[in-house]
Amino acid sequence: MSDEDIVNNNLTALVVDDSPMIRKLHEMHLKKFGLKVQVAENGKNAVDLFRCGASFNLILMDKEMPIMDGAEATKELRIMGVTSMIVGVTSLDSIFERQAFMEAGLDHCFTKPLTSENIIFLLQELNNKNNEEN
Amino acid sequence: MDRNPIRRQLAIMRQSLFDQGYLDEQFIELEQLQDDANPNFVEEVVTLYFRDSARLILNIHHALYVHFSPTLFLFLFIHTHKVMILLLFFRERKPFDFKKLDGFMHQFKGSSSSIGANKVKAESTLFREYCRSANAEGCMRAFQQLKKEYATLRKKLEAYFQLARQTGPLETATRPK
Repeated sequence: MSDEDIVNNNLTALVVDDSPMIRKLHEMHLKKFGLKVQVAENGKNAVDLFRCGASFNLILMDKEMPIMDGAEATKELRIMGVTSMIVGVTSLDSIFERQAFMEAGLDHCFTKPLTSENIIFLLQELNNKNNEEN
Repeated sequence: MDRNPIRRQLAIMRQSLFDQGYLDEQFIELEQLQDDANPNFVEEVVTLYFRDSARLILNIHHALYVHFSPTLFLFLFIHTHKVMILLLFFRERKPFDFKKLDGFMHQFKGSSSSIGANKVKAESTLFREYCRSANAEGCMRAFQQLKKEYATLRKKLEAYFQLARQTGPLETATRPK
């Protein structure tokens, strides 16, 4: 699949991170590939968006956030029945902590900051997932 | 080679930031995200970085240097019908909280990596090694060096963006030689 095929104007994404810099960076990364992007400052805001009826194909979830961290938010979303692709984006360097984050219900986990290669991989995974469902 | 002398100066300035190790490839990732619709994207992200990281540096500074708690000792002296009350304030030194320091520096390192702040990232790594070995003096030395690198990077990037605003951005983001 070429990079041009990857650009998708139908996909939506939610960037959940307490750092304004990371939110801006990841939002731009995703917009470059044609995604419509919203941002949330912490896990609770992300969960509240879904409770209000929002839905997203992709969620980029930071781990360390105030009020509700990424692991807790991920667990909550999965309990709510959210089937979006949830991708952890963290600077955690402990394998044990990463594993715990994955077990919260992530589909993938990457080190911050995301690169274009990471985004391409995720979009390919999303396209594969959509093809399987159709 | 750009014939415009200011744009040439900008290109040279940019190249030297990579050659001298201040920036790494992550900065190029930022540049590649910038476009006509977002012509100041890199500067905006870097500005947010310096805002976020200033707070973290202050937290680390407090955790390293402001670690005294006041304790009041009251000494009562009785001497030949006179009562002397000697109030002594002792400042007790709290032990270093290496876990807290490491946590702050972990966040700082993550932010610095996001803009490609290579030297700052390296000093952060060294600081964290000292935290893990509970080496307070090492932490203090590494923190002083980190602050120097951080201040230098800030100065260089501010000068770079000031010049960039005069000329407009370079046309292509190129990998360092």
